[in-house]
Amino acid sequence: MEEKVRMTGAQALIKSLEKEGVEVIFGFPGGVVLPIYDVLYDSKIKHILTRHEQGAAHAADGYARATGKVGVCLTTSGPGACNLVTGIATAGMDSVPMVAITGQVATHVIGTDAFQEADTTGITLPVAKHNYLVKDAVEIPGVVQEAFLLASTGRNGVVLIDVPVDVSRGEIDFKYPDKITSMPGYKPTTKGNARQIKEAARLILASKRPVIYAGGGVISSGASEELRKLARLLDFPVTTTLLAKGAFPETHRLSLGMLGMHGTSYANYVMMETDLIVAVGARFDDRITGRLDTFAAHAKVIHIDIDPAEIGKNVKVDVPIVGDAKAVLRELLAALKPRVEAGAGSSLKQWLQQVEQWKKEYPLSIPKGGLRPQFVVDQIYRVTKGNALIVTDVGQHQMWAAQFYKSTKPRHFISSGGLGTMGFGLPAAIGAKIGCPNATVIDIAGDGSIQMNSQELATAVLNKVPIIIAIIDNGYLGMIRQWQELFYDKRYSHSSLRRGESPDFVKLAEAYGAIGQRVTKPSEVEPALAKALKARKPVMIDFVVEQEENVFPMVAPGASLDDMIGG
Amino acid sequence: MKHTLSVLVENKPGILARVAGLFARRGFNIDSLAVGVTENPEISRMTVVVDVEEHSLEQVYKQLNKLINVIKVIDLPDEDSVQRELIMVKVKADAKTRAEIIEMVDIFRGKIVDVGKGTLSIEVTGTGSKLKALEDLLKPYGIVELARTGMVALNRG
Repeated sequence: MEEKVRMTGAQALIKSLEKEGVEVIFGFPGGVVLPIYDVLYDSKIKHILTRHEQGAAHAADGYARATGKVGVCLTTSGPGACNLVTGIATAGMDSVPMVAITGQVATHVIGTDAFQEADTTGITLPVAKHNYLVKDAVEIPGVVQEAFLLASTGRNGVVLIDVPVDVSRGEIDFKYPDKITSMPGYKPTTKGNARQIKEAARLILASKRPVIYAGGGVISSGASEELRKLARLLDFPVTTTLLAKGAFPETHRLSLGMLGMHGTSYANYVMMETDLIVAVGARFDDRITGRLDTFAAHAKVIHIDIDPAEIGKNVKVDVPIVGDAKAVLRELLAALKPRVEAGAGSSLKQWLQQVEQWKKEYPLSIPKGGLRPQFVVDQIYRVTKGNALIVTDVGQHQMWAAQFYKSTKPRHFISSGGLGTMGFGLPAAIGAKIGCPNATVIDIAGDGSIQMNSQELATAVLNKVPIIIAIIDNGYLGMIRQWQELFYDKRYSHSSLRRGESPDFVKLAEAYGAIGQRVTKPSEVEPALAKALKARKPVMIDFVVEQEENVFPMVAPGASLDDMIGG
Repeated sequence: MKHTLSVLVENKPGILARVAGLFARRGFNIDSLAVGVTENPEISRMTVVVDVEEHSLEQVYKQLNKLINVIKVIDLPDEDSVQRELIMVKVKADAKTRAEIIEMVDIFRGKIVDVGKGTLSIEVTGTGSKLKALEDLLKPYGIVELARTGMVALNRG
């Protein structure tokens, strides 16, 4: 039994974080969090000072995605908390485990429009998995314990803890609770229903044109190995979403790469022709399905997901299985293995031949002439031998990275999928590198999105975080320009970043103390990357690419998945 | 289609905002919402009448269950539950109409809870259709003000 120790709320908070195994906090101080920062000064927890609170949130997010641990960020009240909101929404949409701690004005002035007061729990309520406004210091240990449990179990998400300054200063007898007793409404289902698993096995063995559609849930539950085993056992082709890149090796003969709006043509054709979708930890998002009423018209659907609300939300499901992907896939494997080995199941020969045919007919290809963005990504892939931890921003470069950097390992491709947050890449890459110091971390960015959080170069340089920032610089908000070209009659309303007048990224890097390089010719790409990989500090490479390259194939928004432009 | 949901929640600050916010942001229409503490002071019961299609009802149910402070959501079909609402109506009444109104209220097993100069205040409980019927009957006399609690309901048996 642990003894009670007298301490302040702020000390109790930091002590509780230590108990939860927190190693690093990304944050930015301010008035009402000073009691917490004062305690942090002596703590063994490392603190990374970002240059903007949004950077702190994305860095904690990147750290969490790369390591699987809960990311933690800390900011002050009012503007500090408001600046976290985009980061919280980003992590929440992609089910990333994160705990955000914010200071709040003193309890007796809450509701009076006090200096730097914002209704943080009110503002974050729709985007967080849960949040707390701590009214009394004695609640702190219990709240921290609950927050970490909520963030990292069930469907992972963000929990915010709002701590008024007088609560930080209040004194309590600290004792970390042994276990949580006070959440009667929270009991996520992890084990799949046995009857449904049996039914799923039956459909799987009866299918003649199957596909496995894997989403981010496979990575968060650590089920990549089980997924591989299942696909190999059954000889089922596997398509992975943006968030699931690396859950199944894209170099494997059964891999179809990514599906959806900018997925491979063959993945999309497979989805349209399949008779059975085995969806694992994916949520049939609109970027995946295209037009819903034509999507996978011949398919039965097995949907495995930890979140019951995702099942049947967009697509009618034949076999719903609520549970943790890893646990359910294990059960499925156990149910299927003896039967498959005894010869059960349909012949997939014809189907797999058809898939091969589509792969041959509609490959992803790198256009020739000039410096092409696809070529740059492909070179990054080759130079790093596919082993880098890739982080992206949001836009065309993100899709090219997804298409041309073949991922083979989970937690090695990090991108803002659901919210599509520009400015995510650089701070997330910093977080990822801090979480995985031995990994080669490359942020593939756009010249638009890098400018949304470029101040974090200072964070990377001063904390000696040697990441590579590869800017696919086309002088445009490229994805906007592409949509304007295709759907708005080439009226390029406010999408040009004005090449030649834009900031000089080499000088920008140098101004922050990073290494800046510029590449304008295909022959310079490999040497520039080789040099960057040897550097011991952050490197920013400005790849000045062809300006009007488009991301193809493309399923226009609302179009049917097999109606691809450039497919 | 109207559905009555009984939502048991932890009696914590902000829970009303969490539930109401969920309905607002997911585009579910609320017809009425009544909240009060149960026999256990740590638990409140929210009775929510929603107007949604069957498919959306499943989403309402699942999304409510995702809220951490929601303990249980029960769908209360009309035939298996007892549903009541209370309304108070202040209606114009003069010497000529007063007796007639009181008689009507009697038939509806309502009560006169206040008598003013030229008005009567009436309290009635019942289901939606009964209250609607009385409201329609009172309308010609001139309804000055009306307040309703929203539906509360319990499972039968």
